[in-house]
Amino acid sequence: MLTVRINDTDYQTDVTPDTPLLWVLRDVLGLTGTKFGCGIAECGACTVHVDGKAVRACSLPVGLLNGRPVTTIEGIGSDPLGQAVQMAWMEIDVVQCGYCQPGQIMSAIALLRDNPHPTDADIDAAMSGNICRCGTYLRIRQAIHNAAGLIT
Amino acid sequence: MRLPVTAPTSRRHFLTAATGLVVAGLLPRHRAFGRPSEFYQGPLVGETKSPFAPNAYIRIAPSRVAGDSGITLILPNVEMGQGIYTGAVTLIAEELEVEPDQVNLEAAPPDDAYVAADMGTQATGGSTSTIFEWTTLRQAGAAARLMLVQAAAGQWGCPVSDCTTRQGQVFHTPSGRSIAYADLAADAAKLSPPKDIPLKTAKDWTLIGRSRHRLDSRAKVEGQPLFGIDIRVPDMKHATVAACPVMGGTVGGIDRDAALRTPGVHAVLMIDNAVCVVADHYWAAKKGLDALAVTWNEGTNASVDTQRIYRELHDGLSEPKPVVAKSTSDATAAMARAATRYEATYQQPLLAHSPMEPVNCAIHIRPDGADVWVGTQVPMWARDSVADIAGLPKNRVQLHCQYIGGGFGRRLEYEYVTQAAQFAKQVPYPLKIVWSREEDLTLDRFRPAYVDHVRAGLDARGRIESMEFRVIGPAVVARWEPAGLSPDGFDEDLAAAISITPYTWPASRLDYVRREAPGVVTAWWRGVGGTRGLFVVESFIDELALRAGADPVAYRRELIREQPRARVVLDLAAEKSGWGTPLPKGHGRGVAVQFLFGSYLGTVIEVDMTEPAQVRIVHVTVAVDCGQPVNPDQIRAQIEGGMIFGLGTALFNEITLSNGRVQEDNFNLWRIMRMNEAPPVDIHIVASTETPGGIGETGTAAAAPALANAIAAASGRRLRTLPLLPGLESA
Repeated sequence: MLTVRINDTDYQTDVTPDTPLLWVLRDVLGLTGTKFGCGIAECGACTVHVDGKAVRACSLPVGLLNGRPVTTIEGIGSDPLGQAVQMAWMEIDVVQCGYCQPGQIMSAIALLRDNPHPTDADIDAAMSGNICRCGTYLRIRQAIHNAAGLIT
Repeated sequence: MRLPVTAPTSRRHFLTAATGLVVAGLLPRHRAFGRPSEFYQGPLVGETKSPFAPNAYIRIAPSRVAGDSGITLILPNVEMGQGIYTGAVTLIAEELEVEPDQVNLEAAPPDDAYVAADMGTQATGGSTSTIFEWTTLRQAGAAARLMLVQAAAGQWGCPVSDCTTRQGQVFHTPSGRSIAYADLAADAAKLSPPKDIPLKTAKDWTLIGRSRHRLDSRAKVEGQPLFGIDIRVPDMKHATVAACPVMGGTVGGIDRDAALRTPGVHAVLMIDNAVCVVADHYWAAKKGLDALAVTWNEGTNASVDTQRIYRELHDGLSEPKPVVAKSTSDATAAMARAATRYEATYQQPLLAHSPMEPVNCAIHIRPDGADVWVGTQVPMWARDSVADIAGLPKNRVQLHCQYIGGGFGRRLEYEYVTQAAQFAKQVPYPLKIVWSREEDLTLDRFRPAYVDHVRAGLDARGRIESMEFRVIGPAVVARWEPAGLSPDGFDEDLAAAISITPYTWPASRLDYVRREAPGVVTAWWRGVGGTRGLFVVESFIDELALRAGADPVAYRRELIREQPRARVVLDLAAEKSGWGTPLPKGHGRGVAVQFLFGSYLGTVIEVDMTEPAQVRIVHVTVAVDCGQPVNPDQIRAQIEGGMIFGLGTALFNEITLSNGRVQEDNFNLWRIMRMNEAPPVDIHIVASTETPGGIGETGTAAAAPALANAIAAASGRRLRTLPLLPGLESA
């Protein structure tokens, strides 16, 4: 049995250690906010935080977590920065289909944690691993700036 | 606004989740957003058996639980990002006089009541939703309100003129008394619907025409389970599939042993052209699929490659007997007497939809009925297909429409539902089938490749006397809805931007050579005929302007002189973009003007081509007249996103085949525009009281021609083949 720490709760699972974290979250734990997009870490839809850093859950075998804590979109709302980013997203209606947005939000929060006041270039560099097929990039960039303004 | 703290995940949650007892439908019911049909499993608590349901869009429960208005709106079109749930609620709420956050929402089930006359089935597509809903939903709201007022007047024994309505209540003006709609529902249900349904005039609107927040924003930013791929039902197993990678091929044989030995795998299923591995979770299913030894009978398409598809299209240029789709009587004579002629040939590629949510379907087929949880743009067809496969009457199949994680036309197809039913009927438990991204991309149903030829006959002063268009390519409608094909074999969608256009052609002819592409199934794709046709027409008009030594905006303005709405958007886009003002060396501006989906757009794109074989999109300016705006901010959102969708496609995208197999199988090979490449898009909405037009596909249609024209202006290079980037690189 593997023990994984997700959103401040420990879970035990009997999946094989090569199982990507994404499928443990989605299909075993029922935390479906983290999305499947490509399976090869090209699109960012599955972005979660491991030790506070943005990680592509589709390509991280759960056996390699070694007890490091995972935060998903379901847990990020209890973090003040997470709340600020979600609020910034809502205030300018970033979402369209919304499918990629949990991953976008998790990438944005990781960026702002390292760099509370990013430039456009900083944002582009941090966020270009996240595809949005609906093309909401302009609002995502704006929402990140707006969220940065909420950080004191 | 305050975000609720997400409920902590408990140990119990894990245990129940692992045994499959967490069911989305048992989660707390959401107001004003959520997954409507998933949550509706019979009447609400406290809802009686005879709610007031004056039409297919409104249901008001005679009694209800505390804090609930009892009002449920049923939304006829599916939400796939275009904001139509918010739009539909706005239209009903405006006339019903309720607040959008006061109501419960449901997705419409498959039902004849929701069939729009011009779609032939219950379908969300073609940018038609707002056009359809504009009258239908406002009348639905107004009719219900009239009946509620009549019921209140009956209770109070007063004339209806003493009554006003707001926020889900009827007020008795003289006394100030009020009754909630829910408390009038029982009486209202006994009344006949009114025949005369006056609608509010614009000055009385409180919702329409104002930017409003999307009703689904919170659920989406919190990652709530909204999408088909998120469905969990008791005893459900997870599965993934592989179909023959060559279209039309079949399964030759399989060796199940290794797959069945994979930990977590339960079953290996087979149908004529595909295999399915069932497991505890997707990863186990995928590992089982990888371990499964399959041989394919690839069939006759195994030799198809992209060059053959293009060759067959180009052969159509010399076809002596095309279908003459449209022609003015003097077209041939006008072309014959032209002083000069100018012609050009354009080529466009096969395109995948690749929405971010891979194709999926959750389905449970039982001897006495079936449930399907799926994102679909055609719910009746999807349901009927399941009924057919399962051998069940249609009314035994419950289809629960889910939010769609990007449509773009992909889910106007339902072959993935048919496939899911074929597998699901082999097992007793519910099955959630999720396609890999590779399966999603390579076995998509593709936007066709096309070749177009355009010829202009010009008089001695270079003015257009006659235009000839030849379109060569598949007729998507012939497969999708055969009745839509004209008797002589023309797909009217292909006339978009050619005969439905702001331009007045003095004489014109449109002919069509049907060439179905071998090795692929072709389908609708964002912007449909408009995206295809506008690239051809607006590129060609630009060529004519440059050839005449004319300014491209001025040249177009003269040609659309009889179309004031088109002139306004063209002039506004030119003004706001600084058209005509000096640009840095290596920069250029391109323009396009369009009338598509009932809306007018003028678009100007500025590019920077100082880097060899590269193009940087500096800025996009759009002016739009889509008639009366319902929600201006969502009009902007659709144009921003649609433009970026179209620009990335125009630059990068082409589906290619080799040995019958699609080569672009994931996002490393199928390039999507990313944030660092996305230009600013400024959008200017023209105030209008005309009937609303569609908006979700307009920006996509504008992208390729405005970009190609900007590239021509910046570099002098006219690119007549999409995608554009390979053309620049091959210089």
